[in-house]
Amino acid sequence: MVSNDTIATLRMTALRLRFDLLEMIGVGKAGHLGGSSSLAEIVTALYFHQMRFDPCNLNDPDRDRFILSKGHAVLIQYAALAELGVIPREELGRVKTLGGILQGHPDMDRTPGIEAVTGSLGQGLSIATGMALALRLDGRRSRVYVIMGDGELAEGQLWEAAMAAYRFRIDNLTGFVDRNRMQATGPTAEVFEIPFIEEKWKSFGWNVITIDGHDLAAIIQALDAAEKVKGKPTVIVADTIKGKGISFAENNAAFHNGILTEEQHRQAVAELEQQRRDLEKNQTRC
Amino acid sequence: MAYQMNMREAWGRALVALGRKNKDVVALEADLGKSTRSVLFKEEFPERFFEMGIAEQNMVSTAAGLALAGKIPFVHSFAVFASGRTYDQLRNSVCIPNLNVRVCGSSSGLSDFADGKTHQALEDMSIMRAQPNMTVLCPADGIETARMVEALETWKGPVYVRINRNDLPFVYPENEPYRIGKMLKLREGGDAVVFACGVMVSRSLEAAENLAKSGVSCRVINVSTLKPIDRKALIEHAWGMKGIVAAEEHTVIGGLGSSVVEALRGERHARVEFVGVQDRFGISAANYEEILAEFGLTAESIAGAVRGLLAA
Repeated sequence: MVSNDTIATLRMTALRLRFDLLEMIGVGKAGHLGGSSSLAEIVTALYFHQMRFDPCNLNDPDRDRFILSKGHAVLIQYAALAELGVIPREELGRVKTLGGILQGHPDMDRTPGIEAVTGSLGQGLSIATGMALALRLDGRRSRVYVIMGDGELAEGQLWEAAMAAYRFRIDNLTGFVDRNRMQATGPTAEVFEIPFIEEKWKSFGWNVITIDGHDLAAIIQALDAAEKVKGKPTVIVADTIKGKGISFAENNAAFHNGILTEEQHRQAVAELEQQRRDLEKNQTRC
Repeated sequence: MAYQMNMREAWGRALVALGRKNKDVVALEADLGKSTRSVLFKEEFPERFFEMGIAEQNMVSTAAGLALAGKIPFVHSFAVFASGRTYDQLRNSVCIPNLNVRVCGSSSGLSDFADGKTHQALEDMSIMRAQPNMTVLCPADGIETARMVEALETWKGPVYVRINRNDLPFVYPENEPYRIGKMLKLREGGDAVVFACGVMVSRSLEAAENLAKSGVSCRVINVSTLKPIDRKALIEHAWGMKGIVAAEEHTVIGGLGSSVVEALRGERHARVEFVGVQDRFGISAANYEEILAEFGLTAESIAGAVRGLLAA
């Protein structure tokens, strides 16, 4: 079990990542706020608790790997990498600009800490499977984590990979489905409904765990459980809220890749400040 | 002779030899291993062979993951699927990060003569050449195929290799050193030059032999590396010639002919003619010779192209 102190610290970290999102998106610039914010807790649990990942030794062959198959949410990964000191904080202000190191989608050549090129949806699970096979072949204990979107599950290649990962009995791979129930043009139920997500993965041979994707204790518990499962891969279906933490962006497809006005930005920062005060209050009570 | 005549067999055996030398070499297959001959690698290295099923897209991105973790993956399929079905995966998972993935495009061109247009790859070199970082190779015979496989151990970045299904005559000199990027003069001549790749190399030599009988002297160059093309060598080989022919078992849009003209741009040079497939899909035929004749991919066509240029 993870201690309450750890969870409180991680909650604060996730909140800092959301502040970083607002810094990167700024005012008048488009940015993938919704699908980045829905991942804040999952990314926090991975980078700041679960993964064997040394920010000072990025090429360690025994490191755990993080693949963001839904590459458009890379802002949340940039936030984590900045918090870890892998990328300089000042780069956050230069995201998606010529000369900056932070591209619109994950680019391993330009950005330290990025493990693969993703963004053309549906490819991350295949890449993760290849990594997991190579790590197993070399007898390494490293694990591979890959995050997919629920809208992304429409990509056929992803199910090819799901079959392959089971066919090779890969158990050093944990997937996440960020089930925020929204995609670029609206709610998944309206745009392209994909029902029975857990049943689909189960029928492909995977171990499936469903959690609240904003509950850090639940995420860590699921990650621990996944590590113990042998002979098959695990997918954690995480129910999340697109745009989580910023009231007007929550469950609003307009902020899939939306622009914040000055007023909206001010309001968003104010809401996160309030969440910070609430977290601090809870901490002092303990 | 170290290798059999068949290019696929040469590929399979050379891959096994490379696997013995380097434990990081792995092979992926999409249910065509008996044909591509990756089955030879499977027999010797079952733990380093991954049967990915009939799922080429996943195969290519999985190879990207293997390469990211330090392996040298060789992926296999028919050329038409290896280039077309996997375009986006090659572009994004492999070419953008410049990974050491090797793609075997087997049964390329019209060499799968019976299976018809869905299985005949006439655009693969164009598709591959258009992608930054991709190296594009088209061997002329089994000897050159084996040399290429050896060279793929250390070559940096993704590579596409175009493999012919049928037995082809040997044209590559047994003791000639091979390196990726080098074009090789197989016959000297002073009137015209034929740049050829794949099966068209032996046809070009045959054409040059026939042209010599009527007093036409024809240089024949095997351009087995289409990209990166040795522009300097190509310009030198074309210099002073009265005619330039590019011969390929591939659409004339974007393949060897295009590579030759691109390389010669800005230089003074003779007129150029293409012997290739004229913007059409393939067709089923009874044998390889029949289908090559149907598409005008013959020694006679090459000789005719040379004569036409010299007559003008």
